Amino acid sequence: MDNIESIQKNIRNYIMVFGALAILTVITVGASYLQVGVVSAIVIAVIIATVKGSLVASIFMHLLSEKKFIYILLGVTALLFLVLMFVTLFTVNDQVGIHVS
Amino acid sequence: MTEISRESIWTKYIFSQDHKVIGLQYAFTALFFLLFGFALMMIMRWQLAYPGKPIPADGFIWVIALLGVVITLIGLFHSKKNLITLSGIIFLFMTWILIYLTSGEGRMPEGIMTPDFYNSLGAMHGTIMIFLGVVPLLVGGLGNYVLPLQIGAPDMAFPKINMVSYWSYFLGGITMLVSFFVPGGAANSGWTSYPPLSDLATTGQTVWLFGMVLLITSSLLGSINFITTVIQLRAKGLTWMRLPFFVWTQFVTAFLLLLAFPPLEAAGVLQLMDRLVGTSFFLPSGLYVGTGPLPVSGGGSPLLWQHLFWFLAHPEVYVLILPAMGIVAEIIANNTRKPLWGYRSMVFASIFLGIMSFIVWAHHMYLTGMGTTMTAFFQTTTMIISIPSVIILSAFFISLWGGSIRFNTPMLFALGFLPMFGIGGLTGLPLGLASSDIYLHDTYYVIGHFHYVVAPGTIFALFAGIYYWFPKVTGKMMDELLGKIHFWGSMIFINGIFLPMFIQGLAGISRRLYDGGESYLHAQDVLFWNEVMSYSAWGLGLMQIVFIINFVLSLRNGKDAGSNPWKATTLEWSAASSPPIEHGNFDKVPEVYRAAYEYSVPEASTDFIPQNQKEVK
Amino acid sequence: MQIPYTVEPRPDTGLHNAKIGIWLFLASEVMLFGGLFSAYVLLRTGSIVWPEGSSILSVPIGTFNTMALIASSVTMVLSWAALKINNLSKFKMYMFLTYFLGLVFLIVKVVFEYLPKFEHHLYPSESTFLAIYFTLTGLHALHVLGGVIVNIYFWGPGSKMWETEPERFTNRVEVAGLYWHFVDLVWIFLFPVLYLL
Repeated sequence: MDNIESIQKNIRNYIMVFGALAILTVITVGASYLQVGVVSAIVIAVIIATVKGSLVASIFMHLLSEKKFIYILLGVTALLFLVLMFVTLFTVNDQVGIHVS
Repeated sequence: MTEISRESIWTKYIFSQDHKVIGLQYAFTALFFLLFGFALMMIMRWQLAYPGKPIPADGFIWVIALLGVVITLIGLFHSKKNLITLSGIIFLFMTWILIYLTSGEGRMPEGIMTPDFYNSLGAMHGTIMIFLGVVPLLVGGLGNYVLPLQIGAPDMAFPKINMVSYWSYFLGGITMLVSFFVPGGAANSGWTSYPPLSDLATTGQTVWLFGMVLLITSSLLGSINFITTVIQLRAKGLTWMRLPFFVWTQFVTAFLLLLAFPPLEAAGVLQLMDRLVGTSFFLPSGLYVGTGPLPVSGGGSPLLWQHLFWFLAHPEVYVLILPAMGIVAEIIANNTRKPLWGYRSMVFASIFLGIMSFIVWAHHMYLTGMGTTMTAFFQTTTMIISIPSVIILSAFFISLWGGSIRFNTPMLFALGFLPMFGIGGLTGLPLGLASSDIYLHDTYYVIGHFHYVVAPGTIFALFAGIYYWFPKVTGKMMDELLGKIHFWGSMIFINGIFLPMFIQGLAGISRRLYDGGESYLHAQDVLFWNEVMSYSAWGLGLMQIVFIINFVLSLRNGKDAGSNPWKATTLEWSAASSPPIEHGNFDKVPEVYRAAYEYSVPEASTDFIPQNQKEVK
Repeated sequence: MQIPYTVEPRPDTGLHNAKIGIWLFLASEVMLFGGLFSAYVLLRTGSIVWPEGSSILSVPIGTFNTMALIASSVTMVLSWAALKINNLSKFKMYMFLTYFLGLVFLIVKVVFEYLPKFEHHLYPSESTFLAIYFTLTGLHALHVLGGVIVNIYFWGPGSKMWETEPERFTNRVEVAGLYWHFVDLVWIFLFPVLYLL
């Protein structure tokens, strides 16, 4: 059981994470108004979203200090998620007779 | 968990939260659907053998109706056997559906099957057998009943979710049955439901999608329960490497269900949007239907469906086969009276199999114009995934070596599984390689291949499991003579159905032909096999009647089994037979001291040492 | 009959049952949204023209909703922390804020986004972009709705459990929180993908 002081420290962390998330939201909206190419826009947006997502997952969902099984489960899931996204994409782009622009 | 005490019959038998009752609910519903899906096929086989001739369905239906009446009567006059009465009523219900299906203008005017109805039967046979029959019986039925007992748990980790899982499955099944009654009939775009065809198909397809959403929900809830149960509720001392192999296979299977089904759910949602809201997720631009272009926005991709579908459906193959291997492992160890050979390598092989099954799916799609790079990738992964299957199968064969084998009915079915699955697996190799698959794709060869894996493979293992655990569930033994008739008859007939399919497939007969190839010149030489296959199918049907009779008679007056009739080592046999409902499973909480299969230990006085026995005596 | 480890963690795994259960559920949710994101990527790379999200959708409204969900996520975790320091009234306040912000999100979504789109005849059948927009946000909104219902339950009738089994109740709130943060996390990716790119 966590003691009261550590909870109080956690609460400060939660507020700080909230601040960071809000600032990052503003940044990602602001960045979308920059006139950069599609690829760089995607890269910027995905990086910022990943940072925000990691903050939520590691602090709010306590993934910084979880048990081994949860890490294994999420590792496998993340791997399969990437397979689903990218192997599918590679396959569709590797079509005979179809040019993908 | 708070103390559970409920006495009403509704909560005890209908909305039960006890894993044994839920397991039986699953098993009975799934057995009904297995027989029903098989009945659909028997009707189709008439059309294939005698295209365009009116079907003499009456005789067939009379057999089922008669069975229904007899079983109901046996049940009614044997006051305590509710299960028997229930099965009788199920048969009568099935009679009614079959009478409905084999009559009517849209389906069988004057007893002659329409092409659309043939397509419906094909699509629904596949759907029902896989999603409503085999998987629910393997995982929902046997898994639910046996797994908590084998790990020494009082119940599943989440009993309420277990109940919801069954009822979601039940509703999904009802939805699928209802789809036969909507205008245009049941889904008729194949069990794979490829768009654009399925996007434009009759209402039955929408009902099919709703049914699938319910079934997917059910298996998600079930798999969460199975995984949590195995991790959390193992008895004291039951370490991972002491788990019975059946538990391991169920554990890996649950992960496959958990992670592979959601993409199909996503695809199902997209197809529902296409059908109900008019989106074009799977409809490409410039699609012509009938006389003009289809009035949709276009821009969709039919291949997207295939990817999402096979992302599920390939792991689904291992959902069908892994628990079957688990059952066979239990029975082989028990009846050779030897520890399994290579238990650890089997465990690691099944984990590896589970992971690999997620990266082979596009070998179902070589004909979609895939380029050479990705084709090479999927060919390679497909060849790699055969290795763990071969490891497990080899371990089984080596386990037999030098054993003093008891040839009882469960063992016969388990032994039958080995060569049958072997044929299924080996005939899959040419399908995993693009150059040969291009020739064989969508022919009867494919049908032969996967039926060898699932029908004489998995379903034989299922029968083995039913004969093996029947004494635990009911406290009675099943009849050996009827069991052996059932086995040998099924073995002969099932090969009569599926072996000729390879011949027809190699001759180039397509898999979804309404007339069985009669109108094709290249098919003429192999057409006579259609009749052979059809008679075998009906023969196989007769053999299952032997099983049903055995089942009912053994329930009524089988020999008393005691708690451990097979002299087995795993924990379920240390519980009383027909373990009490809702009072935990064991008289005292078991503690485990040894590995799962300690048979014929030299210094022991008996030839088996149960897992919960501390000293070698 | 007692199911072991519903409240206290199993010594060798360090987890109680519900914690494993919810993470398994979330893993399957990752694959569900993964399938849909994958559909988005395929359709977009396969398309000839793809509209810029901001030309159809309102970025300010989207930003507002993002802030609402992020804020509700932090109030959710604060409500759990309040239970940890045995403060039920603080828990109730934060839980109220959590589902209130969830409701704000839903109302803004429907009243200021969906309905005006329909008024301008921008239906899902109009284009692939609108189709995937409505499907993804619609499914996400259903998840928000589910979370709101669960949270209202724990704020209202469900909180009675605090009197009898405080530790179990805290666990339940933690599990509900994990789900709620996941819904937030999905939106964190949905927002830039649909509105900004």
